[in-house]
Amino acid sequence: MISTAHSISLLVANRPGVLVRISLVFSRRGYNIDSLVVSPTLDPNFSRMNIVAHGNPEILMQIIKQLEKLVDVVQAKDHTNMNVVEKELALIKVRCAPEQRTEILQLCDHFKAVTVDMTENSMIIQITGNSDKIDAMKSLCQKFEIVEYIRTGKVIMLRGEDKT
Amino acid sequence: MANKTLSGAEVIIECLKREGIDTIFGYPGGSAIPMFDAILDSNIKVVLTRHEQGATHMADGYARQTGKVGVALVTSGPGATNTFTGIYTALMDSSPIVVLAAQTTTPNLGKDAFQECDTSGMTFAAVKHSYLVKDPNDLPRIMKEAFHIARTGRPGPVLIDLPKDVTAGACTAPFTDQMDLPGYKIPTYAPTEAVEKAAEYLKKSKKPLLLVGHGAMISGASRQVRELAEKLNAPVACTLLGLGTFPTDHELSLGMLGMHGTVYANKAVLDCDLILSIGSRWDDRITGKLEVFCKDAIKMHIDIDPAEEGKVLQPDVFMCGDAKMVLEQLLPLVSKLDTAEWVKTCQTWKKRFPLTYPKQGGLRMQHIVQTVSDLTKGNAIVTTDVGQHQMWVAQYFHINNPRQLHSSGGAGTMGFGLPSAIGAAFGNTTGWPVCSFSGDGGFQMTEFELATAALHKLPIKIFVLDNKYLGMVRQWQELFYDHRYSSVDMQGNPDFVKLAEAYGIPGLRIKRAADAERMIQKALDYNEGPILIWCECEKEDNVFPMIPAGAPLTSMITEQPKTQLEKPTGST
Repeated sequence: MISTAHSISLLVANRPGVLVRISLVFSRRGYNIDSLVVSPTLDPNFSRMNIVAHGNPEILMQIIKQLEKLVDVVQAKDHTNMNVVEKELALIKVRCAPEQRTEILQLCDHFKAVTVDMTENSMIIQITGNSDKIDAMKSLCQKFEIVEYIRTGKVIMLRGEDKT
Repeated sequence: MANKTLSGAEVIIECLKREGIDTIFGYPGGSAIPMFDAILDSNIKVVLTRHEQGATHMADGYARQTGKVGVALVTSGPGATNTFTGIYTALMDSSPIVVLAAQTTTPNLGKDAFQECDTSGMTFAAVKHSYLVKDPNDLPRIMKEAFHIARTGRPGPVLIDLPKDVTAGACTAPFTDQMDLPGYKIPTYAPTEAVEKAAEYLKKSKKPLLLVGHGAMISGASRQVRELAEKLNAPVACTLLGLGTFPTDHELSLGMLGMHGTVYANKAVLDCDLILSIGSRWDDRITGKLEVFCKDAIKMHIDIDPAEEGKVLQPDVFMCGDAKMVLEQLLPLVSKLDTAEWVKTCQTWKKRFPLTYPKQGGLRMQHIVQTVSDLTKGNAIVTTDVGQHQMWVAQYFHINNPRQLHSSGGAGTMGFGLPSAIGAAFGNTTGWPVCSFSGDGGFQMTEFELATAALHKLPIKIFVLDNKYLGMVRQWQELFYDHRYSSVDMQGNPDFVKLAEAYGIPGLRIKRAADAERMIQKALDYNEGPILIWCECEKEDNVFPMIPAGAPLTSMITEQPKTQLEKPTGST
């Protein structure tokens, strides 16, 4: 069965239980949620959810419809291959001796990443951008010892004047 | 209206009254006491059931009978978990019920308090929507929303999880008609282009078939379905839950289609050049092997639920909307089709392949069902349990009216028959008797509701069609599993007449076909309340026609096969 990654954005009523209802739709149809970002919109009564999930594209159409059917979901959209800005943020903690710092800082410079914490033998790199860029940075950091690594998951916004 | 002095429970009861509720089904417990206390001061009738599952099936039966919302009121913990089967049954058949489930106090939530259970958490997947109320002031809005959601669009169960401090606490919020449901959409008319496209396809069709499901009945589209069928001159097949939306005795009717449908309905499905589903969801028991179902026919689908589009199959036209409204859009766009030949073919099939069963041997369930249908002239409300008898009721009872047959279709819930008959009896305004048909297996799952039927002297004719087997499973084991009967022998069945009598209900016993008519007439003539008719039937009878699960419709078996069959590929 074909499995592809999809970026889905949801506008939901900011109510208890809404996240469970949404995740149940994904799991029931065999979809794995890779990442999930939730934040309130300008109107605090609503939240925006961005979900990246893997699965069969035909089933995704159904998932979108079943999400829209939920009473608390105002809108559900698949933004895969659409004209959207997709960004995420990652924190990478690397172990590095003082003599390795320059090389890492050069990497940071190249990727427009910043260091947000530094000790004698470690630093935390903060990087933002699209997923490929973060993957590349992570891969280069593997030359050093990565102690910890976390990413926020994608946030998505439609380009142009219209709302996502 | 301000209601400073009202408790949460009193507000709930007042909201029920405002929703026009006069009867609810329930079972109390510690956390539910405030609500059961408040209801004493109202004129709402509380039907005390013997189990919470019964309460939900009764609410469901009441809803199916009346088209109104059925209400169940239960306590927390096991009281709530006992409703899950009923909630799921209502979801699968789009039946509007509201379940008011009491809960421990809010500070106790999540602390494993006595009879605490994460009711709303456990039921997310089985409800249309649910609420966990934390503030009594939310009650007026939530009650309004709950009934609105249960009854509108594609109806379904709504659960309200009600902590005891919320029902016992004070509510100062006014009663309201305001709802806050920004994400809730109710489809009405379908997009004009879709309906026009459907009309175009119909014009070209020589062999159209209408497939009528529960959605058509729920939307009250019975008249429109008939108008469309007669205007087009198109034959009509119904799903189990669609039966009655189009009269079974109509000359264009092909009865029920699907796994145990009529030969002629399934032949029509195989041979039609266009199929229009009106409020049916292409259930696997209708389509059989999906890849070959109506392979070369145009498929059109009317459904109020947008998520039904393409769920099972991708139709050529999808008309999202209320069945009645969409048919009213479609009717002016269509005219009589050149279908005389097609209708004649279907009539020939009807004559050549009638429903039939062997007349020799012991008492047959088919015979009982047919006799009840004949003696009542089809004028009875009918409920069934699940299994062989259910299919025979669908085949042999002349269901000619919407909301006449209540059966657990989607969920296939054994134990549904008797409690749903009780619920239907409370909502029944037809003057007809309620005939409840159950097998010996399903009946014993909720038989204790005999007490509820007896207490309220409900005019229910309770037919226990006893073959001392879980007949449908036994049939599969016989046909597909080399006669290896496993856990289907119902050894230990009680004397059902004595059982009824223990509840103060008279019982009759039929053992021979020759006695059936006389005994059934006796039961129908009884006017003092419920009566149980124990029918000791042929033990190893099989339901035919039958399409093995997952097989194409062409694999239909119409009589006892001579050889062992392959194990079915479909799940059920």
